[in-house]
Amino acid sequence: MKAKHQRLTLALLALGAVIAAGLLAMTALKDKAAFFYSPADIARGVDTAGTMRLGGMVADKSITRDSDGVTINFVVEDGADQVPVRFRGIVPDLFKEKSGVIAEGQFEGKVFVATNILAKHDERYMPPELAGKMHKTETLKP
Amino acid sequence: MIAETGLALLWLAAGLALLQTAMGMMGIRGAGHPELMAAVRPISIAQAVLVIAAFCCLIWVFLASDMSVKLVAINSHSDKPWLYKFSGTWGNHEGSMLLWVTVLGAAGAGVALFENRVKERMLVATLSAQALISLGFYAFLLLSSNPFERLSPAPVDGQGLNPLLQDPGLAFHPPTLYFGYVGMSVAFSFAVGALLTRDVGSAFARAMRPWVLAAWIFLTLGIAAGSYWAYYELGWGGWWFWDPVENASLMPWLAATALLHSVNVLATRDGLRAWTVMLAVVAFSMSMVGTFIVRSGILTSVHAFAVDPERGSFILVLLLLYIGGALTLFGLRVGTVREGNQFDLVSREGALVINNLLLSVILGVVLIGTLYPLVAQAFGQQVSIGPPYFNLTAGSVALLLGVLMAFGPMMRWRRDDLGQVLKRASAPVVLGIVILIVLKFSAPDIGILPLLGLAVAGLAGAASIAPLWKRNLRRTPLFTWGMVIAHLGVAVSLAGMAGDSAFMKERLIAMKIGESTSVGPFQIRLMGIEPVIGANWTALEATLEAKRGNGAPFSLKTQARSYSDPPTETNESAIATVVDGQLYTVLGKSDEQGRWQVRLWWKPMVTLIWLGGVLIALGGVLALVGRLTPSTKLPSNTFLRSTASSRKRQIATISCPPATSSSRVM
Repeated sequence: MKAKHQRLTLALLALGAVIAAGLLAMTALKDKAAFFYSPADIARGVDTAGTMRLGGMVADKSITRDSDGVTINFVVEDGADQVPVRFRGIVPDLFKEKSGVIAEGQFEGKVFVATNILAKHDERYMPPELAGKMHKTETLKP
Repeated sequence: MIAETGLALLWLAAGLALLQTAMGMMGIRGAGHPELMAAVRPISIAQAVLVIAAFCCLIWVFLASDMSVKLVAINSHSDKPWLYKFSGTWGNHEGSMLLWVTVLGAAGAGVALFENRVKERMLVATLSAQALISLGFYAFLLLSSNPFERLSPAPVDGQGLNPLLQDPGLAFHPPTLYFGYVGMSVAFSFAVGALLTRDVGSAFARAMRPWVLAAWIFLTLGIAAGSYWAYYELGWGGWWFWDPVENASLMPWLAATALLHSVNVLATRDGLRAWTVMLAVVAFSMSMVGTFIVRSGILTSVHAFAVDPERGSFILVLLLLYIGGALTLFGLRVGTVREGNQFDLVSREGALVINNLLLSVILGVVLIGTLYPLVAQAFGQQVSIGPPYFNLTAGSVALLLGVLMAFGPMMRWRRDDLGQVLKRASAPVVLGIVILIVLKFSAPDIGILPLLGLAVAGLAGAASIAPLWKRNLRRTPLFTWGMVIAHLGVAVSLAGMAGDSAFMKERLIAMKIGESTSVGPFQIRLMGIEPVIGANWTALEATLEAKRGNGAPFSLKTQARSYSDPPTETNESAIATVVDGQLYTVLGKSDEQGRWQVRLWWKPMVTLIWLGGVLIALGGVLALVGRLTPSTKLPSNTFLRSTASSRKRQIATISCPPATSSSRVM
């Protein structure tokens, strides 16, 4: 390979790598990105196929346990709308009624089946996406 | 008083950094000013001494629990064990930035003290660039995050440290990563120095190489330790979550790995000049991006100390200045970088170029996946990018890289024949295919990525030891051992990751005391639940008895802990390591019928992940030692060592048998 050729080849290879990374990322993002929705978004009729995050408040007196001892059902609400959620697993310690929650999972019919539950991390802290959402729905309240 | 002394020392160090930058930059102008240049080494050593002293002052106020210092009051508590008071020094935003700039200064002094191989002009330019980086961080500390700020009136006691951070691992995890990040800054400074003095060549690469290696070793250890910490401390059973903070440490590692390979081509074969300089810029940029992601508070995690947007913007501005400046310099000077030596596509150099490209693609997809949620948020869309995205993209490219890693070290420098390479690699290739076929039929429900992962691990593992084949092991140079062990470590780690996701068994159950269940090959019985009290926490502790087949039973104690300051609850997992994996147990909540939730995982091969990480780092250490100690007892190697600047010698090299020429990697 001539000197000029080699430098050009390397530059083209590098450019190719950048483009390949971009394309790979874009195609994967299309399928695999999990959007964050509130119950109001769901009621509005957003596309509910695939994995997503559902955020809101755990409705008061909505937590019930199945007889297997590890499955719980509860309702996530945002002041306007409600979504029933089912989760099999150990819930975080700060998961409780009338408190903020983010559920990760997908819809099976009308029920949101969560694979992961994120609650407030400690008393001082709230996930910013939740803080933002809560704030928004509160201001939307009549 | 100690706090004021610390602050004064910090100001003095900042002044010296300014002086170091200015004198260095003026010293290398034109024909060079020897009197200015001569001052740069001593100044950089003095600057390091001052900033280290300032850091010691901060350690002192933390150990003494001086609550009149705001930082101590917010982040410490007089009841804490002394180790956490000590590690609390950097378990917060200001302290961690001071640690960063301290390591930066110390690294500069290290260059000033020990680097004698490059021309004085390049060295001065390098130290000057290093001081310029420090200067940005001094400004950051002194103007927006003063660690020594007083609080008046002083509170009676502090607010405590996040319990998740109260772990011996924390004492060493951040410093380890910082050594890695800052080592990349030295590589970056060398690259800037080489560009400024228009002297990009193998001498520059040889000076930079130990720093890249050392930084890479620290990053490797930091990532492995962070991963194990998340594994046992969070109690979620996973070892990598593709959390932005994890990605922040992975990205510099990927860039450093690429740089580590290309710097060898430059140092030994004098090829890939502009390429290597570019990678040094990218690697440091990734360290800065990592710092920005972790410390700016734009992401939520235990790592995000600062929620002050001003600080986030400050780091972002620094980031843009450094990267922008370096890229501009690169653009201006790339024309003066002479063409390096040539090679064919099918050659060791060619394989290393593809290695670099694949690493860059992984880096690209991880970067996009990490930043995409932030960009989307700016457009009002909230989105999270998790394992499904990263596993698919980064995972599949990493497998390709694993295959390449098997063949690369078997290739000759400059020119090789593909048929010959395949012939040399026939045994590992057969092994990989056999694993693939056996698994496909014996365990048909394994996912495609774990299946390929196990096959590639077999191929790469067998191929990694090939460079030692038919060699006198005692005469094999240390850096060849380093390469072999590091590559073996990658294969071992890959086997662990793939094996864990292929064969992992999980059981989630609510049990009464005395009841049993099973997970994988284990019978588990819940023996009892007892309250336990620790130094600053209380817990419920479950005793589980595990038994494998007819083996002797052993017990595991897992806790659900509640900390008092600040009030937080954590799950302390109990993990039993056996020869072929780990049994991982977590205690959940109780219900009205007196049952306790217990979550159990049998994770075969999982230990290999961190064993592999340790092997990779060990390989790095061997290579580093091999590079730093000149070996004279290797006659066959001395002519290889004497640079590849002369064409004649290169031709002599390629006529060597592959075993000899392969001694130059790593």
